[in-house]
Amino acid sequence: MIVRPKVKPVLAYLALVVPSSLVLLGFLWLLITSFSTRTEGLKSLGWTLHNWRFLWESPFGPGYPSIWQITLNTLLMSLIMTVIVVVVSSMTGYALARMKFPGRKSFLSLTLILHAFPSVTLLIPIYFVLLWITKIPLIGRGVPLLGGFGYNTVGGVALVMVAFQLPFGIWIMKGFFDNISWDMERSALIDGASRFKVWWQIIMPNIRPGVAALSVFSFLTAWNAYLIPLTFTAGRAGKSVVLSLYLQNFISESVMTEWNAVAAVGLFQLIPVVVFFLFTQEALLNIYGGGRKGGA
Amino acid sequence: MRGQLAPYVFLSPTLVLVTLFFFIPLVMVFILSFTNLDMTNFGILEWWSPANWSLDNYIKIFTNRFFSKILGNTIMYVVLTLTVFNVGLALVIALITTHINRRAGFAFRVLWFLPRITPVVVYIMMWKALAGPAPMGIINSILGPLGIGSGKYLLNTNPWVFIILANGFIGASFGMILFSSAIEAIPKDYLMASKVDGATTWQTIRYVELPALKWPLLFVTTYQTLSLLTSFQQIMLLTDGGPGLYQTEVWALTAYHRALTSYFGNTQWGYGAAWSVVLVIIGIVMAVIYLRVFKFGELVEEPKIDQL
Repeated sequence: MIVRPKVKPVLAYLALVVPSSLVLLGFLWLLITSFSTRTEGLKSLGWTLHNWRFLWESPFGPGYPSIWQITLNTLLMSLIMTVIVVVVSSMTGYALARMKFPGRKSFLSLTLILHAFPSVTLLIPIYFVLLWITKIPLIGRGVPLLGGFGYNTVGGVALVMVAFQLPFGIWIMKGFFDNISWDMERSALIDGASRFKVWWQIIMPNIRPGVAALSVFSFLTAWNAYLIPLTFTAGRAGKSVVLSLYLQNFISESVMTEWNAVAAVGLFQLIPVVVFFLFTQEALLNIYGGGRKGGA
Repeated sequence: MRGQLAPYVFLSPTLVLVTLFFFIPLVMVFILSFTNLDMTNFGILEWWSPANWSLDNYIKIFTNRFFSKILGNTIMYVVLTLTVFNVGLALVIALITTHINRRAGFAFRVLWFLPRITPVVVYIMMWKALAGPAPMGIINSILGPLGIGSGKYLLNTNPWVFIILANGFIGASFGMILFSSAIEAIPKDYLMASKVDGATTWQTIRYVELPALKWPLLFVTTYQTLSLLTSFQQIMLLTDGGPGLYQTEVWALTAYHRALTSYFGNTQWGYGAAWSVVLVIIGIVMAVIYLRVFKFGELVEEPKIDQL
């Protein structure tokens, strides 16, 4: 029995294919250009691997950090952000879904307001907050690997991104907590387990799909981020902290003929995202679905 | 007694982060907007003292000779992107992908999600390649042989078309996901009934599916209006407000330009903050409206767990 009514298929596919082709052309161009000496449209005028030499020598000249250093920074920042977002969102989401406390209602309204509120508008004062954090001894500048949590550090950029992502994360996680039966939890509580133990050992293993969805989403957001690293780091061209900035600096430094090399760097940043996405698309496409309750 | 403090332990990391990166900045953006703090008097000007506050920045905004240009740009950008892509195209994709073969429909939704997950700098680079002048540009290399277009750099001749396209392709996926899951959630009996009654596909869409999309439509429209009003990343990378003087400068981009990029080695934090405050107020008002309109009651249901 066919329940889904059928549109005239050819017309339907055409309506989907024509606009999507613009995106596909863009991806195709990136692939072709990065392996070409020159291109006209999508036509390569000669194939080469020369564009990929940034992998072993900095295109900005000697003395600048290698792409691998930048990639490591980006990976580190993305991982830190993902871990903090998932842990903090789960803690807060759990408290909001399962605990009774004075101020719960206002906290929920606050989360919802923050979720809708465009944090980008607060970039200017956040710059000052980061400057203050920089002045705190140790936390500001002295953390190994991250540099610290103040202005112009990997940790600082990650922290701002966590704050921006948090309302969304809490909202998503609360939705997942709401959907688990509370019988198990109740019996564990009667047996005398602490709330923390119940959360970590009994509830968290049950919301793996939620953790997966939020992790994937946060990781991609961090890996792709441009505006926040741009605003809160002050590297000279080529001394960029993360891949997005490295690429953008490379674009603004290059003359027209270097576009092929730029495309290669772009592809370098894009490949992990696409591979990652192909493996996780189901979790990702459902993420807004998880927040549908109470939203749309 | 147990559990008296527990909730606050669970909430404390969020409280710290929200205070640092939301409450303090929110108060500060208002204060800064009344001062003339910039790079030259940083550390000298006591911006926290009311003696240094004035409405000068706001007067400067409204008497700026590009004020109407920027306002007009912003309205055009938001309205066109929203209606054509974020709601219009999103709805079309959602309706088509739920009416064709299930797997093909899912594949197309994956494809439409790609712009959202592509690193923004790479994404904008692709649009620049699409818009490039002949013979390098993709669109020109296709249209040229057909005798269409002048072969010029399309970002210079039609910057708005590309800004709206680039933003719209990202924006459409949000509505697409919400709309298609709302359509999928319609009980199959309804669709069956309309089919039994002999309804055409269009009648089914019009009388069964669109009514079920009322809330998602309203949500996407209002939510995306706010996102578009405050988004400027793509425009910054694509045209940076150009190519002509303030030709594609929008409100949020102006705030960023004034405060955090220095054309003349002088970043005007106070003046930039004043531009943001207008957006901040719109943001707060709209966020409160969401709270009232979108089923807040469901969210604040008391948790059952504590009623042991």
